Amino acid sequence: MNAPEKPIHESSYTVEGGNFDEAGKVSSQIKANLKKLHLSKDVVMKASLVAYESEINIVSYAKKGMIQLSVTPQKVKIETIDEGQGIPDIDLAMQEGYSTATSKIREMGFGAGMGLCNIKKFSDLFQITSEIGKGTHLKMIINIVNNAP
Amino acid sequence: MTLNDVKEILNADVLVGQDQMDMEVKTAFGADLMSDVLAFAKSGSLLLTGLTNPQVIRTSDILDIAAIVMVRGKKPVPETIRLAEELKIPVLSTKYILFETAGRLYEKGIKGCVERVDSNIERS
Repeated sequence: MNAPEKPIHESSYTVEGGNFDEAGKVSSQIKANLKKLHLSKDVVMKASLVAYESEINIVSYAKKGMIQLSVTPQKVKIETIDEGQGIPDIDLAMQEGYSTATSKIREMGFGAGMGLCNIKKFSDLFQITSEIGKGTHLKMIINIVNNAP
Repeated sequence: MTLNDVKEILNADVLVGQDQMDMEVKTAFGADLMSDVLAFAKSGSLLLTGLTNPQVIRTSDILDIAAIVMVRGKKPVPETIRLAEELKIPVLSTKYILFETAGRLYEKGIKGCVERVDSNIERS
């Protein structure tokens, strides 16, 4: 019964760490692709928002990263895998207001310790794993069915 | 009210979207922190902000923000203008500070897109 649903859309994107001028470009593309799938506005917004905060994190903290988008009739899945410094204490990083942001990140209007909290808040399922010196892996699911307008 | 009304009330310059001034707006959100905008602002609202870099446009695109009002006389960098033109998001610039900008619009009937933040606010 619960066989995995076949994806109706799959795409993946490369994000360059430290390239603050381009930060958000990938998420705009993701949003444009999601819009073509005729999902509800709410689902498109949540998924692009989650992608955007993740992209900002990769640009801000990693050398490079990848964002993978997979959509089935049931859900939108966004995974980000980056090569970077990793997160030493995930519980601490998940605390709202905790941040290790540089002034460059703050100039962009981020770095207030809200990114991961926002990602968690707007996802129906959120998983994070990280390895020091290697990188961080995020997995987010936004349900399509339960978010119907 | 329309963006044209917003322009008059704030004595604002239209930097992008001169052809979109008949757009209707009813609500607004004001912040300089884009993570707060992402957390609380609602689509179709005005965004009042003192931040002028391209991330303001990216954030507005993600949320379907109707239009941006840059406060405190701030003028954006060329890349911000270029991106706003590309994504067709109107940008106005006013010399009023954020508090005055919000007050003048509120007085004329623009409401906050959320009134207050209680725990576990839901985006919808």
